[in-house]
Amino acid sequence: MTSPPISMSTEAFAGWPPPALTSAGPFAAPLVTLSWGVFAMAAVVLLIVIAALVLALFGREDLKAKIGNQRLIWYAGLAFPVVVLSALLIWGLSLTSALTGEPEPGEMRVRVTGEMWWWRVAYLNPEGGEAGAVQSANEVRIPVGEPVTFELESADVIHSFWVPRLGPKLDMIPGRTNILRLQADEAGTYGGQCAEYCGGPHALMGLVVVAMPRDEFDAWMAEQGEAAAAPTDALAAQGLEVFQDNGCGACHVVRGAPGASGLAGPDLTHVGSRRTIGAGILPNNRGTLAGWIADSQGIKPGNRMPSYTTLSGDELQAVAAYLDGLE
Amino acid sequence: MKSETGFDHKLYERFPTEGERPEGELEALEKVWCGPKGWGWFTAINNNYVGILFIGAAFLFFTLAGILALVMRTQLAVPDAGFVGVDTYNQLFTMHGTIMMFLFAVPMVEALAVLLLPQVLGARDLPFPRLGAYALWAYLVGGLIFFCSIFFSLAPDGGWFMYPPLTSKTYSPGINADFWLLGIGFIEISAIAGAIEIIVGVMRTRAPGMTLAKMPIFAWAMLIFAVMIIIAFPSVILATTLMELERLFDWPFFDAARGGDPLLWQHLFWFFGHPEVYIIFLPAAGAMSTMIPVIARHRLVGHPLVVMAMLATGFISFGVWSHHMFTTGMPTMSVGFFSAASMAVSLPAGVQVFAWIATMAAGKMRFNVPGLFILGGLLIFVMGGLTGVMVAMAPFDWVVHDTYFIVAHLHYVLIGGMVFPVFAAIYYWTPFAGRRRLSERTGKIAFWLMFTGMHVTFLPMHLTGLMGMPRRVFTYLPDRGLDLVNLISTVGAFLFALGVLAVIIDLVRNFRPATEGNAGNVFDSPGLEWLPSGLYSTRSIPVVKSLYPLWDNPELMREVKEGRYFLPGTATGERETLITSPLNAEPQYVARMPTPSPWHFWGAIFTAVFFMLLVPSAYGPAAVAGVIAVVCLMGWAWKLDEPMSAETVDVGAGIRLPTYGVGSTSHGWWAMTILLFVAGVVAAMSMFSYVFLWSRRPDTWIDPPAMWSLIVVVGGYVLSIALMLGARKVVRLDRPRMAMIATGMVVLAWAAMAAAWRIDWVTWSGAGLDPTRSGQGATVFSFIGWQGFYVIVCALMTLYVVMRWLRGRVSPARPTSYDVITLFFVFVAAQAGLAALLTRLFPGVVL
Repeated sequence: MTSPPISMSTEAFAGWPPPALTSAGPFAAPLVTLSWGVFAMAAVVLLIVIAALVLALFGREDLKAKIGNQRLIWYAGLAFPVVVLSALLIWGLSLTSALTGEPEPGEMRVRVTGEMWWWRVAYLNPEGGEAGAVQSANEVRIPVGEPVTFELESADVIHSFWVPRLGPKLDMIPGRTNILRLQADEAGTYGGQCAEYCGGPHALMGLVVVAMPRDEFDAWMAEQGEAAAAPTDALAAQGLEVFQDNGCGACHVVRGAPGASGLAGPDLTHVGSRRTIGAGILPNNRGTLAGWIADSQGIKPGNRMPSYTTLSGDELQAVAAYLDGLE
Repeated sequence: MKSETGFDHKLYERFPTEGERPEGELEALEKVWCGPKGWGWFTAINNNYVGILFIGAAFLFFTLAGILALVMRTQLAVPDAGFVGVDTYNQLFTMHGTIMMFLFAVPMVEALAVLLLPQVLGARDLPFPRLGAYALWAYLVGGLIFFCSIFFSLAPDGGWFMYPPLTSKTYSPGINADFWLLGIGFIEISAIAGAIEIIVGVMRTRAPGMTLAKMPIFAWAMLIFAVMIIIAFPSVILATTLMELERLFDWPFFDAARGGDPLLWQHLFWFFGHPEVYIIFLPAAGAMSTMIPVIARHRLVGHPLVVMAMLATGFISFGVWSHHMFTTGMPTMSVGFFSAASMAVSLPAGVQVFAWIATMAAGKMRFNVPGLFILGGLLIFVMGGLTGVMVAMAPFDWVVHDTYFIVAHLHYVLIGGMVFPVFAAIYYWTPFAGRRRLSERTGKIAFWLMFTGMHVTFLPMHLTGLMGMPRRVFTYLPDRGLDLVNLISTVGAFLFALGVLAVIIDLVRNFRPATEGNAGNVFDSPGLEWLPSGLYSTRSIPVVKSLYPLWDNPELMREVKEGRYFLPGTATGERETLITSPLNAEPQYVARMPTPSPWHFWGAIFTAVFFMLLVPSAYGPAAVAGVIAVVCLMGWAWKLDEPMSAETVDVGAGIRLPTYGVGSTSHGWWAMTILLFVAGVVAAMSMFSYVFLWSRRPDTWIDPPAMWSLIVVVGGYVLSIALMLGARKVVRLDRPRMAMIATGMVVLAWAAMAAAWRIDWVTWSGAGLDPTRSGQGATVFSFIGWQGFYVIVCALMTLYVVMRWLRGRVSPARPTSYDVITLFFVFVAAQAGLAALLTRLFPGVVL
């Protein structure tokens, strides 16, 4: 590996406080309650075992005699666990049904397709199809306070979609469509990560969910539906040329740019408006865009985009400026 | 007690015998059991040799896989480290998991059984010593080749559960995945060979009087362990076969686009994979239940409850596999069932833990090295069990699945449930296997390093997972709050490794293997393995009257050594052991035991070489190795059923027993029955796969061939069965030319079977079924493929029968090889007939 990726301290991907215990919506909140519940259970049981063990090892003879027989096995080893486990089982099962409920009619639907090693995102039309649907990658924007249905699919191997602050994780399996509902109660950015090992740089397959107030969301969605903006300055115009001369369009769609219709990689029509590049691993700005194009293999070894080492510094700056302008 | 076999229990009262033992009796015994010298050492088969080597090999793989873990922890010590690249890292964690599970854990507990079981049961050796040695060498040689793949960047990199489609040809085009599939393939063979050995050993070679109620807990654990292997391993054998077929011939078992399903692999793998955890845990728990009463100086409290708990664990563990698949979008009903079963399986664990605590309370625990490892293991295991209960709840699993929380959980379970008990066992049983005991001082240092290192490594990982770090990541990004927890884990891993290093130093300094003159019963244990012993195991085989024989009869040591019980010398003049009845252990016959031989050794080497040559598709050399392996196995089998000079012999105190068992009494018949059970589970899992894929894409399925062909195919198999059953009767008739007629019937039976198989194949092809085009094609042709393999094995058996007839080795009095071959033929024909019925009647005619 060569240069390390530049860090991105602005997005709450991981770390402290643990995102899995810091819910931001109704599909995650019961999981956090459950987590604390089972931690408490484990702590109590562990203390009981340790107490029994200490007594068995160092206790007074009369106390030891009280537990040194089959009654201990029946009560502590069988009866007590049956009670605890039954309670947990009921809690777990009721939560299972609650969290796997059917989507409501008219709920917003987003299809996320796991690919090695990024996420294809399509905001489905009201009929649930992709016709005219806004295409994006590695970032999902949702309106605050509304449940959103995610249709999870895979284009190649098994991936797993996980945004810990918003809800459970669910696998993306070839040949199947899994349904996951998430909701964010506050505007903000929520980090996500592929959880199922999918080969190569699985470690660097992240994503962002951005929750916005409904009106901002609608405005944003309207912009996304439009074709790409034409370059507004000379540098960006030169960037478009570099983009076309180097065949970037063979893998990337830029709606409105001639020849840019490849489906192998992320749709770049509005790449400038996204928070991250490289599937959630770098903040999105001209510097990181240029760095990614020049050295994508160094930053994310094994990913499907070659490093464009032949581009000069000027060319890199130009193409980065062009992409940055695709808001 | 009611007699099981007609053996008169009053005869036990003749022991211990009085008077002088005859001159030269002990010397004769020593002579027949004496091991080979020099290079012939490789041909040794005594469980003392094989057991020690087996444990050594397993410990070697533990160390190697541990070193891989250290490399991984070094890479993860800091964010964005470049210590190893992503490709290497993906191979490292795949190899670490695979080696720990397949090359360390299962072989290690099997090795403990090989070393200890004969002595624990009071037998001379395990019933099939050459099979044990074969299992050892195939495993050691194959395992080392497998390990070396990491040095050439050819090691598998799909994770130890190898989920397709990541591991399919499309996404893993190299031979790395084939290394896994074929490498694991013969390790499964080795494990099953060991399991057969253990089951027959426990059921048929217990010392007289050792009824099931008086059978030591260690033997119970090993018995349940081995039974679980023969139920669970067939599933992974099938899974690896299907995956290799998909990779080699493009049969789409797991390819969703062509009617396969990646989840089929997950079902097959975890039907093996979860019981595997208990397969590893149970023998270790059995060792705990053996050691704790000794270290605490009190009989195991609740012995029957512990036995029941182990049986329950074995049973329930086959109903929990899908809890590894909670995040695949399973129906809520299934989630409920597997959630409940996964919680239920913790109950028997609780029973065992509290039985151990109660035993410690009833006695007085000693804090020696085995004692410390027992206590440490117990605590760690409880912690792992508690997180296990957590992840048995599907909603919690949705949070932590595939994160470092799971890494922590599984290491707590396996290190507490298996590794620490095994280290306790090493310190506890070295005085049995060596001239000296190990150092208490070094052992205590090792324990504290390992115990501390364990928690420093894995306790923070629970948090690492909740902080959002998925497992199987070669790096993590800086400024995401994951630096400190990872650094702590790395420090802990090295502490743990220092502890293991201390044990290795202790072993190098103090472990001197001894086949006789061991350090003796230093812990004052009650088990038969602590009787004075040599290569022949104990001088005489005692009558067992209690669960704790050496505690209940302090004279037993002396009496056994003086030859005052069964088989005080060699009754037949050869290696032998006593075969007893399954429930009450009543003496039934004296089994002649094999002697050292090069056949099984070279057979094992070439089996391993055969599989490994298949990896790079070197079919020519592989075929050569395969033929050599088969020749070796035939040479090995040739000496079976040798005529014996005497029909019955005196086994002590004037009791006479036959020198041969016939039919279902013989231990060879038992072994074949168990092997067929394994093959039967493979067939059942194949049928499950067939129905499973049908349920996924019924639209791509075609109609079966015409009905007449079904009748011909099934008719051919029925004819084959009838001929074999007839041959088995004919060979027993003591009349001229019967051997020839029986041999002819076997040849005809094979021909009928082969014809039926070929017609099955041809008619399916004629109906337009293509194995590469649908789940139906792939599964139907996998049935035909398995059957083709069995037809070849039957051809070799037919050849064996013909050769024995030509050499005049067929005898009406010794028909066991005929019986065993008949069993195999009947099974093969029956399962193929059933498969034909299933694939041609369902779906369509029946449903």
